[in-house]
Amino acid sequence: MNRSSMWEAVSGIVKRDLLLAMRRRSDAAMSVFFLVIVASLFPLGVGPEPAVLRTIGPGVLWVAALLACLLSLSRVFTADYVDGSLEQMVLVPQPLAVLVAGKVFAHWLISGLPVVLLSPLLGLQFGLDGEPLGVLALSLLLGTPTLSMIGAIGAALVLGVRGSGLLVALLVLPLYVPVLIFGAGAVTGSMAGVGGEANLSLLGACLVLSLFLAPWATAAALRIALE
Amino acid sequence: MSVNWSKYSAPMAFYPLAGRLIPWFAVVAVVLMGVGLYMGFFVAPTDFQQGESYRIIFVHVPAAWMSMFLYVVMAIWAGVGMGLNARLSFMMAQAIAPTGAMFTFLALLTGAMWGKPTWGAWWVWDARLTSELILLFQYAGVMLLRTSIDDMRRADRSSAVFSLVGVVNVPIIYFSVQWWNTLHQGASVSMSTGSKMAATMLMAMLIMTVAFWLYSIAVILARVRCIVVERDSLPVWDEKPAVIQEAVEAR
Repeated sequence: MNRSSMWEAVSGIVKRDLLLAMRRRSDAAMSVFFLVIVASLFPLGVGPEPAVLRTIGPGVLWVAALLACLLSLSRVFTADYVDGSLEQMVLVPQPLAVLVAGKVFAHWLISGLPVVLLSPLLGLQFGLDGEPLGVLALSLLLGTPTLSMIGAIGAALVLGVRGSGLLVALLVLPLYVPVLIFGAGAVTGSMAGVGGEANLSLLGACLVLSLFLAPWATAAALRIALE
Repeated sequence: MSVNWSKYSAPMAFYPLAGRLIPWFAVVAVVLMGVGLYMGFFVAPTDFQQGESYRIIFVHVPAAWMSMFLYVVMAIWAGVGMGLNARLSFMMAQAIAPTGAMFTFLALLTGAMWGKPTWGAWWVWDARLTSELILLFQYAGVMLLRTSIDDMRRADRSSAVFSLVGVVNVPIIYFSVQWWNTLHQGASVSMSTGSKMAATMLMAMLIMTVAFWLYSIAVILARVRCIVVERDSLPVWDEKPAVIQEAVEAR
């Protein structure tokens, strides 16, 4: 297996998934709209007190990003599973874990990156400004790929299982907790003046660890699902 | 005399063996639990800071240890099952999950009962409490995933992958009191520095730990037997290997 053919396979998968997403743009837009709506509900529910909103802002935005990622997880593998192309991916000579990494990267580009880009705007809704706003975007930039990586394991495990939508939430949300804590902690830390570097480093560590381990676990889960 | 241990990896051969072992583990567990609780409640001295309320640790600490330990054991069985494709390993992993979840719940419950008089709150969002709660969710996830999948082979393997992924959480729980400076007190017993408590306290706690451990073995073996009967639709519950053998051959 030479390196160029592996690269071609991955870039082919990424391009294909992006193309498919472009053909059904409303699907991709839905999770972003979900994020905006959830984030806008909190000021309405909690009350427009600026001090309160500033305090809960980082946590609320992170939870909303988490849920938006969760809702889009079913799209990573389901369509390919139903039309049989997932089985073809298992059969190609390139390692499945590498192809999975490509699919997860495409998923992040479609559902994670818009969240990152939109987050400063949503942060303004909650009265964040200056450095915390930047830290919020940076923490999401480091954190959302981890969410996609971990989420892919769950999505692969529940493929074709009844009640999979709810089940994937129950499986994946506990595993999301460290990312949530570090992500929201980075923003809160920067607001408190102690800086978000420690938590951002931990987010980076989570990302590296999940990049290393999650594709293998996902590939194993996919093989089990396709048996 | 050499024993062919691999023979017992067959559920049919393991079934009578487990049946013979259960009473031993159960009896010793009950005796040790009695001794440990007596020592904990009547022999161990009163703590000069926390008064009598500290005595819950004789249940709390062993339960918390078992909750983490059983998760690792479950993951090891799941890994062995994936590696060797052994059905009994998956059955062991399946049997461990409810007991592990029970100990996790017990640790959280006794922790709350201790926290109210000592910290003044049933629950605080501290790193160790939160990570122990996540462990409970993970046990629930493993069990839910298994029950949601009808195909037994896929259920085994999928929940094995999930429990292996979740092992990452165990060191986080264990070291959380060192990594984050939070409300939950640090470990009083450690391998490297020894114990920081009175000898009778430590003794009672260790006895309780062994008791919980033996209790887990007894309960898990009993559950494995039920799983064997259920999955292999054994027609008999009889102890005698010959009877089981006969029933299997008759099928």
